[in-house]
This record gives sequence, C-alpha cells and structure tokens, in this order.
Amino acid sequence: MNSDNVKWGWGFVTPALIWTIAFFIVPFAVMVAMSFANLEGRSLTWGFHLDNYEELATRAYLKRAVLVSLEITLTVTLVSIVLAYPLAAIIAFRVPLRWQRLVLLLAILPFWTSYVVRSYAWLLVLAREGLINQALLEFGIISDPLTLANTRFATVTGFVHFFVMLLTLTIYANLKQLSPNYRLAAMDLGANPFQTFRYVIMPLTLPGIVTGAFLTFVLCIGDYVTPQILGGNNELTIPQVIMVQLGRRADFPLASALALVMMGMVTLAYLAAARWLRIDRV
Amino acid sequence: MRRTFSWFYLAIAFGFIYLPVGALVLFSFQEGGLPVPPFNGPSLKWYGEILSDRDVTSALFHSLLVAIGSSVIAVTLGFFAAYGLARYVLPGSAFIRALLVAPLTVSYLIVGLGLLIVLTNTGVGLSLITASIGHVVINLPLAFAIIYASMGAQHENAERAARDLGANETQVILLVTAPMLSPAIAAAFFLSITLSWDEFIIAFLLTRFDITLPVEIWSMLRSGLSPSLNAIGSVVFLISVAVLLLLEFTVLRRQK
Repeated sequence: MNSDNVKWGWGFVTPALIWTIAFFIVPFAVMVAMSFANLEGRSLTWGFHLDNYEELATRAYLKRAVLVSLEITLTVTLVSIVLAYPLAAIIAFRVPLRWQRLVLLLAILPFWTSYVVRSYAWLLVLAREGLINQALLEFGIISDPLTLANTRFATVTGFVHFFVMLLTLTIYANLKQLSPNYRLAAMDLGANPFQTFRYVIMPLTLPGIVTGAFLTFVLCIGDYVTPQILGGNNELTIPQVIMVQLGRRADFPLASALALVMMGMVTLAYLAAARWLRIDRV
Repeated sequence: MRRTFSWFYLAIAFGFIYLPVGALVLFSFQEGGLPVPPFNGPSLKWYGEILSDRDVTSALFHSLLVAIGSSVIAVTLGFFAAYGLARYVLPGSAFIRALLVAPLTVSYLIVGLGLLIVLTNTGVGLSLITASIGHVVINLPLAFAIIYASMGAQHENAERAARDLGANETQVILLVTAPMLSPAIAAAFFLSITLSWDEFIIAFLLTRFDITLPVEIWSMLRSGLSPSLNAIGSVVFLISVAVLLLLEFTVLRRQK
C-alpha cells in the first residue's frame, strides 16, 4: 500500500462522507444544541439551558405523550408478532414448496401501498359510515354505528396491518433457514407438535423475532402519519406533539428535546434487545 | 383438524391484509361522491377527475423528479464510497462505514427535523431540492450497504486483469466494476426510488410551494373521504407493484 493508493481511496469515499456529514451529522448536532436552547416568545437564546427538558418532566400533556407512544408501540409489537408468527409458519411448513414464493409475495404485496394511503384505506374500513359498520348494521348485529375510527384501536390496527406483513417476511426467512432435521429429530424423540414448537423451533428463531420486534419498535414509535390519520386528536403520540410544536408555535427547542427523548427510548429498546439475545445464547 | 385450522388462519390473515386495499381499489370505481357502501359503480369518473386535476398531476411529476434525482445521487455516491472502502485500505475504515450507515439508525422525522432547523436558521428556502437532499440522506446508507455487500473479492481479479492490460482507473470502474455489479446497483436504485417516491414526513417538512404526491394526498385528506383519493391511492399502488415486479423479473431473476 502506497500513499498514492490511499489518496485514490479517499477520493472515492469523500463525496459520500461530505454529504453524510453536511446533511446528517451537522443537522443532528444542531438539533442537539437546539434542545438546550431557550425560547422566550420569539427570541431564541443558544446556550446550555435545561428548560425544555424540565418542561418535558413537568407538563402533563408531554408526559402523557411519552406514555401513549410507549403503550401503543409495545401493544403493536406484541400483537404483530403473535399474529405474524403463525402466518409465517403456515407458509413455511404447510403451503406446498412451489407455491410458497407466490403466497409470500401476495401476503406482503399491500406493504407497497403508499404510506399515507394505507392509513386512509383503513379509514374507509373503520369510519362511521365505513365497511365494518355498514356490514354490522346490515346484518342487524348492531343498531348504531360503532366508533372505530379516531381511536387508539384504529391506530393499533393500522400499525399491526403494516407490521404483520413486515414480520411475516422476516420470520418466514428465519424459519426457512432452520434445517428440517431439528423438527424431525424432535418428533423422533417423541415430542408432540406443540413441544416441538415450544422447545425447538421457537428458541431457534428467537434471535430473528427479537430483531423483528426491535425493527417494529423503531419504526412504530417514530411514525407520525398513522396516529394522526387514524387516532385523531384525543391522545397524541410523541411525533404528533413534535409536529404540533413545529407547526403552531415554531417551538424548535422543545421539538428537538422531544426528538431526543424519542431517540433515547429507541436506544433503551436496542439495549434491551441486545441483552435479551445474549442471555438467550448462553 | 390442524390442517383445516392452517387454511382457516391463512384465509383470515389474507382477509385482514387485503381488506383495506380491497376497499381502496373497489371504491375508486364508485359512481357517487362517498367511497363507502353501498357500491354503485363501476365508474371511471374519479380517475378522469384526478388526471385533469393540475395539483395532482404536478405533484405526481414532482414526486418522480425527486425520486429519480435523489436515487441517482444516492446510488452514485454509495457506489463510489463502496468501491473506495472495498478496494483500498483506508485508516479508520470501520469508523467511516459506521458514519455512512448512521442515518439508518434514526427515524425519518429526526432526519427531517435536523435539516429543517439548519435550513430555517441559514435562510435557505424550502423546495423540491431540499426535499431531495433529505431523501439522499436516507437512501445513501442503503445504496452503500447493498453495493458494498456485493463487492466481493472475486471481482477484484477481473479488475486486476484489466489494469494489467493497461486500463486506467476510470476505465476499470466504468467498464469492469460497474457492469459486474449491475444487479446490486439496479437493486439499490429501485429500492431508493420506491422509498423516496412514497416518503412523506421529510417531504412534508422540507417542501413549501411545490409539493410531492404523498404531501398532496395528505392535504386532500383534510376534506375527508373521497373517491378521488381512492383513485390516486390505487394508481400509486399500481405503480409501486409494477416497479416491484420489474425488479423481481429482471434483476433478481438474473441473479439466480
């Protein structure tokens, strides 16, 4: 390796590096600094103030947003895994091999509906005059339309729909990587299907599940669109509160502090996932 | 019994997965003004409506512009960075790789918020260009990672042979490396296009007068349920599926 070679190497890497630093690292650093700035009326003072974080710890609606985000995200993660696992297992073990790729492709096709449109589509189903209410009224099961849209139930449903597709894909890939010998050996040794699943298949796919759960957590907690369209304004999640701060009040410092709290929660989730995986491997 | 349960679960799951998409597409053919039962179509009038709506068609055009522009930049930068890191021994290369994929670890909202703060404090106006810059930030790590992963040592021999035969560095990259990596480059490009084409929050924060399609759909949503939204949604879905099938049958098929 000579110095000329290194120069060439840097030449190739530098443009991407400059782009990432200029448009990601620097803005991120400015955002961190902004979270410690102070906003009085319209005038912004940079410096090291903890006002925004104090506000986060004391204002009820901000604390509530953190809690709501956490509750929704954990519910979505749990429900999505519980629903996606059997689907992935059925595709991997029950569907004939030559149809598997097609069935999987079909199972995740709506994943590619536009992000904003997907939530809107659930509104068609859940609205007061929407599909479900009309069907239930038609069959005489209910006499008054149910309130399904603009609730936490709607937000969770919209999220679960998206993540079931994502997790089905990742869990399927996980299950297919397992050698069928594990299953056959367990059966030979007298395990029934439930025991085979509980003591052989599930532990072996746990790393994949935890990774999928982490991905779900990250994408779910940072999403603004789904709770905004489906959840209405009864209870706000962190991204919704951030957008309110940006829009109505142009309160960049508070929005930045909230964004960092959100990142902190993701970091904690990451540490939890990493720890869980390591303990399980021992 | 267990077999029956399997098929039953599969049917229910597909019902759940296709319920909203089905409602979206079915009621885009609605005759009346509300996309809810009873269905009184089929009619193509809402498709005609959106095709003659200037706001929608220009937003569609803007989206294509931003998607293609940001993907070209992201894939070009990602390709060169991957080449530099895979073929040269650079000090601190592990750190550089970590830096390049760092944007993947935060949510799009944070990427957009950071850029918005910098742009408003420096007085740079918001436009399709600023939105494209944001899209490059989120697509560059993916493009880099995909291309870097496929830059195996087996290609290095061909590059060395080309150099021995008198090719200069530019010729090696353009005539040897890039063609050999074309499946990975195409995959990175199409993935970037689909992600950028559909991206909402960064485009929402970083555009002002000219907006992209997801932002236009967002603003139409304020007036509630409408069959024209169903029509736009169906068209967008169709385009995404078309790109996906194109990818499946060209790039991925060839790799096998």
